[in-house]
Amino acid sequence: MFSWMAWTWPTVAFFVFIGVALTTMVIWETRSPGGAPRRGVFGIDTTRGDRLFISLLGAAYIFLGWLGLFGVPLWGGLIISIAWTLFVFRFV
Amino acid sequence: MIERTTNQKAWWLVLPVLVLVAFNAIIPLMTVVNYSVQETFGDNVFFWEGVTWYTEVLHSPRFHEALGRQLMFTFQILAIEIPLGVIVALAMPRKGILVSVCLVLMALPLLIPWNVVGAMWNIFALPDIGLLGRTINAMGIDYNFTQQPGAAWATVVLMDVWHWTSLVVLLAYAGLRSIPDAFYQAAHIDGASGWQIFRYIQLPKMKRVLTIAVLLRFMDSFMIYTEPFVLTGGGPGNATTFLSIDLVKIALGQFDLGPAAAMSLIYFMIILLLSWIFYTVMMRDEDQK
Repeated sequence: MFSWMAWTWPTVAFFVFIGVALTTMVIWETRSPGGAPRRGVFGIDTTRGDRLFISLLGAAYIFLGWLGLFGVPLWGGLIISIAWTLFVFRFV
Repeated sequence: MIERTTNQKAWWLVLPVLVLVAFNAIIPLMTVVNYSVQETFGDNVFFWEGVTWYTEVLHSPRFHEALGRQLMFTFQILAIEIPLGVIVALAMPRKGILVSVCLVLMALPLLIPWNVVGAMWNIFALPDIGLLGRTINAMGIDYNFTQQPGAAWATVVLMDVWHWTSLVVLLAYAGLRSIPDAFYQAAHIDGASGWQIFRYIQLPKMKRVLTIAVLLRFMDSFMIYTEPFVLTGGGPGNATTFLSIDLVKIALGQFDLGPAAAMSLIYFMIILLLSWIFYTVMMRDEDQK
């Protein structure tokens, strides 16, 4: 049915990760409400959802930057992205 | 005491929109992601390529040049259309029948389909039969947008300014109309000059609509395709080949679906980031009020 979408396992894993991240955010907010905006080091008000968005967008740029500067493998980009995500959720 | 019942049933009302967005945006976008890591020669047969196309696009001089042209174009039209739109809005009458006349005249360019605008300007600017082209040449200036890169660029910019400054005018005019007369009366009592009225009353009151205007014009101009495609076809050479025109050339002209998918995702990321920055700045200003 969806063969026209040209699926591959890595892209399935990518979208599953996005889906799991969104579901986790919903569960997190339900179990422990606290998604009200707060002002972090960048001086902008962000909710938990905003911080997820900033993390994902930043990770995309980090991977593109790593790919442009160093090429494959992308482990370095992955480590920086994880560090970036932790930074965003803690301080932004 | 009335007991308020809370439930989450209202979320079902969002479902139709969600389905619509899924089919017209999310699923196609997911397909583009899938294409971006594969090679195909048609017939629904694909070969895994990993991040090859992303590396290729990131190191491609052709992509860098198209991106540079795109940024330059967007910067130029914003630098012209925003101030010009404000000036025209300030010059428009506030009362009387002329208000309606001006509003209709301003709205006219916005109502013309984009491909028609491109075709109109193509004929208008032709050096042999077009009114604009013939006039410029009659003034002794050598102008031929079909052969001269500079002339083609200027014509595309002029066409966009003609087409879209009206949007800025209408938004700025709406902002100006929302200023109560009491502000002007107070300014006159204080002996404020015309510039001071503009700087301290009109401009701050227009800030919100102007931010929206900048955001709309940025996104539209960054994704511009139809008008320059009809007017110049991206030429002469690659002089007016913007990102979207280059993307279509790669995807449909060369049938390189993998590189085109990777390029479109990078293109999407750039628009997403810049739009998010504009939006965040706009919302921050709102929050500070």
